[in-house]
Amino acid sequence: MNSTLLSTKAKVCSVPACISTLIATGKITTKVAEATSKDVDIAVDAAQKAFDTTWGLNVGGAGRAKMLGKLAQLMEEHQQELSALESLNNGKTFSWAMNADIPIAIETIRYYAGWADKIHGQVQETDEKKLTYSRHEPIGVVGQIIPWNFPLVMMTWKIGPALATGNCIVMKPSEFTPLTALRMCELIQEAGFPPGVFNLLTGYGSTVGAAIASHMKIEKIAFTGSTLVGRKVMEAAAKSNLKNVTLELGGKNANIICNDADLDQAVSWAVHGSYWNHGQACTAGSRIFVQSGIYDEFLAKFTEKSRALKVGDPFSPDSYQGPQVSKNQFDRIMGFIQSGKDQGATVVLGGDRNGTEGYFINPTIFTDTTPDMKIVQEEIFGPVGVVIKFEDEEDVVQQANDSVFGLAAAVFSQNITRALTIAHRLKAGTVWVNCVNQIHPNVPFGGFKQSGIGRELGEYALANYTAVKAVQVNLGYVM
Amino acid sequence: MPAIFSHRFDTPLYTGNVYVQTGLFINGAFVDASSRTTIDIFNPSTGKVITQVSEGTAKDIDLAVAAARNAFNTTWGLKVPGSARGQLLYKLATLMEESLEELAAIEALDNGTAFGVVKGWVVPFSIGLIKYYAGWADKISGQVIETDEGRLTYTRHEPIGVVGQIIPWNAPLLMFAMKIAPALAAGNTVVIKPSELTPLSALRVCSLVQEAGFPPGVLNVVVGYGNTVGSALSSHMNIDKISFTGSTLTGRKIMEAASKSNLKNITLELGGKSPNIIFNDADVDQAVSWACHGIFFAQGQICFAGSRIYVQSGIYDEFLAKFTIRSKAHKIGDPFGVDSYQGPQISSTQTERVMGYIKSGVDQGAKVHLGGQRHGDQDGNFITPTIFTDTRPDMKIVQEEIFGPVSVVIKFEDQEDVIQQANDTIYGLAAAVFTQDISQAFEVGHALKAGTVWVNCYNEVHAAVPFGGFKQSGIGREYGSYALEHYVNVKAMHINIKHKMG
Repeated sequence: MNSTLLSTKAKVCSVPACISTLIATGKITTKVAEATSKDVDIAVDAAQKAFDTTWGLNVGGAGRAKMLGKLAQLMEEHQQELSALESLNNGKTFSWAMNADIPIAIETIRYYAGWADKIHGQVQETDEKKLTYSRHEPIGVVGQIIPWNFPLVMMTWKIGPALATGNCIVMKPSEFTPLTALRMCELIQEAGFPPGVFNLLTGYGSTVGAAIASHMKIEKIAFTGSTLVGRKVMEAAAKSNLKNVTLELGGKNANIICNDADLDQAVSWAVHGSYWNHGQACTAGSRIFVQSGIYDEFLAKFTEKSRALKVGDPFSPDSYQGPQVSKNQFDRIMGFIQSGKDQGATVVLGGDRNGTEGYFINPTIFTDTTPDMKIVQEEIFGPVGVVIKFEDEEDVVQQANDSVFGLAAAVFSQNITRALTIAHRLKAGTVWVNCVNQIHPNVPFGGFKQSGIGRELGEYALANYTAVKAVQVNLGYVM
Repeated sequence: MPAIFSHRFDTPLYTGNVYVQTGLFINGAFVDASSRTTIDIFNPSTGKVITQVSEGTAKDIDLAVAAARNAFNTTWGLKVPGSARGQLLYKLATLMEESLEELAAIEALDNGTAFGVVKGWVVPFSIGLIKYYAGWADKISGQVIETDEGRLTYTRHEPIGVVGQIIPWNAPLLMFAMKIAPALAAGNTVVIKPSELTPLSALRVCSLVQEAGFPPGVLNVVVGYGNTVGSALSSHMNIDKISFTGSTLTGRKIMEAASKSNLKNITLELGGKSPNIIFNDADVDQAVSWACHGIFFAQGQICFAGSRIYVQSGIYDEFLAKFTIRSKAHKIGDPFGVDSYQGPQISSTQTERVMGYIKSGVDQGAKVHLGGQRHGDQDGNFITPTIFTDTRPDMKIVQEEIFGPVSVVIKFEDQEDVIQQANDTIYGLAAAVFTQDISQAFEVGHALKAGTVWVNCYNEVHAAVPFGGFKQSGIGREYGSYALEHYVNVKAMHINIKHKMG
């Protein structure tokens, strides 16, 4: 696996500097090339050229569908390899990668392959002396910046709709986790995508990311990452060429468990909500509100179940949870845990490092919190759950909605009226009832409030990657 | 208590009395501004003050947003079914229809566009927009998405909440209707800032909004300046979305303010320098008529004005001669004059700006083929229809948006070359093609990088047909079903029926 990048013709980058890619035990895996803004310019030119000649509307939807279908097939053939690479680079367990991440990624590409030849505009009735219709054209060259928590899945959420609708891409994966994206470049080439259609630049946010966000020839940018950086991306778009912006940002998601929930199921789902992907999910159910009638029983069972999770080597078959992705993240999460202790919350489980090597953190549960505590307000992005007792439905809906974020939420109740009434009132782009973290390529995903702008997945994502052109043909009006 | 502006019209085209509230419209009532200051409203035809209106500031925005938020949570939003929202919008449209002439008179007085045009088209079209969205209000549907039989997965298209809207002075009533209609139909509450140059028709409509029975706080109108009220709207932490129509320069500031405040959704309708391409086989007489309409309508103060007219060499001389005769024949004068076609530019500032562009054209060596001067009173706001020829692509009058009755006529030979010239701009709002050949019409039309392409016509807009810009002409689409997408928040619901977790 070599250190090259750029267009799907493997080219050596223009600057001979490199980024070291670590795995979560802290040892260096490999080095990849470090791109700079100059490489962004090269990539954009290649993308524009492809858009004007070998992609865009030069290839019909059926042709794009075929290539995306082939890509999905190749990913399936290399499923184990991709899973191993993802696990090695990101630290998630091989089992999760193999059974969840990579299948979701493949399904997403396959889903958008199916859309490629179904991009429809409208014909609007005005009157018989006119023909008025709209075309949903590809935008052109789009920039995409993805994070490190679900590297391959995030890549497919972005490239699926963008390629299906005929755009060309300049993408920056996270400098922490570029390996599966680099491998995908080879599969993309093998699938027959013309050179320049997909371009990958490994580099830092402050150089490559910034260059993409402010590039005058990139007409649209899609970013998934922190709310802080999301603001910078939008500001850069405003100051450059007013490119369209979609953002998927952070969350501090409420998981509300009512007295009449199926308790054992609620416990199992809550564990999944808090600790899946080591808590490194924007959808993590990090604020668990439990109604007083079942609070003690829930807490006891939740603690036991969390305690039983095996933290260890990602390639060991019984590991549930691997290491956090980097030292930075590790320090950050430990900092939040410390703040919880300092601000007076009770540590019911964990609250400490696991082992002495690498970035492993024990599943952690806090109780006895107050709403203003950092661990209740801010996104931790680690295996830390906060359990809060509530009495009143009205009160818990208000507490749940009292956040600058609005990405996801969950409700557990067996009563149809209670479950749906609460669920509909939650200010979040995704609400789960009697489950958490369920993702499907055909169901939209995105944030209310400061959790984002726009929706990914489903038919909804296509709107992010099309430029609507209204054409009006005069058949008889005389001026 | 804010004053009521009353005016007696005694003109060849309209006689009557009009009464317009001059306060801020907040929480269902007309109120004085917090600052107790006022803004002078000028008649662009005479330069004289018509009346004063209350001047809103950031404090009034806070009050309006609070009222809008309260209404959203109690008497609007999802508390009121779509059919009820539709009925109220329809009632408003009906009341506007009953006051059609009066609204047209107020608009022509305030904005300067000829009364005949405002009465015959602008007001009816604005009413049509409101009726169109009244019809959508009970048809805002999400999806039910097949996953598997152990789940129910569906989406809700919920109103976003409190939306901020900022509109310009060039077509005030139309802009007002275009913004509030889809926002209200989808269940949002609105705080809207009309232009401080042209607030009167919006204020008159507020009285009709009251009469129609909209709950207080659903629609709030705060007149004020961009750098106070506009800025407060775009950076407000309790406004969930902002929609802006105006200059590209200000559009950038709105987007920046959104990014620095609460990451509110934005849609922008900005400037244009739209090409109008006329081929040898066009119906020349029709092309001339549409080209005139394209650049001189509303004194050229239209974001999608066909300001760059490309004429193929085979018909160039004939086109130019006829275009000149036609343009010269436009009657310029008082909007209430019997045959007036073209009124004044909106203000002395705008007039000077347009005259500045004309001067730059002359300075850079273009030829003034027609006009290029003020009309009548040299201190007034009337400008003669102006045609420049013999330009170069790098001239300011060819590159920049003039926003006045100034056209540039450019000869071309080659189809591929004219497409490239037409697309060679940071803008991408609209474009037109005149040809009778079906292949040429669509080949060229589809190749133009613009959000609207007209074939054998110009300036045609319809409530059902999307409108918006490519490139730096904007973000998002208005009109049609497309506008609704920008006024809803999609919530995905996943209901677990049977799946067990281990």
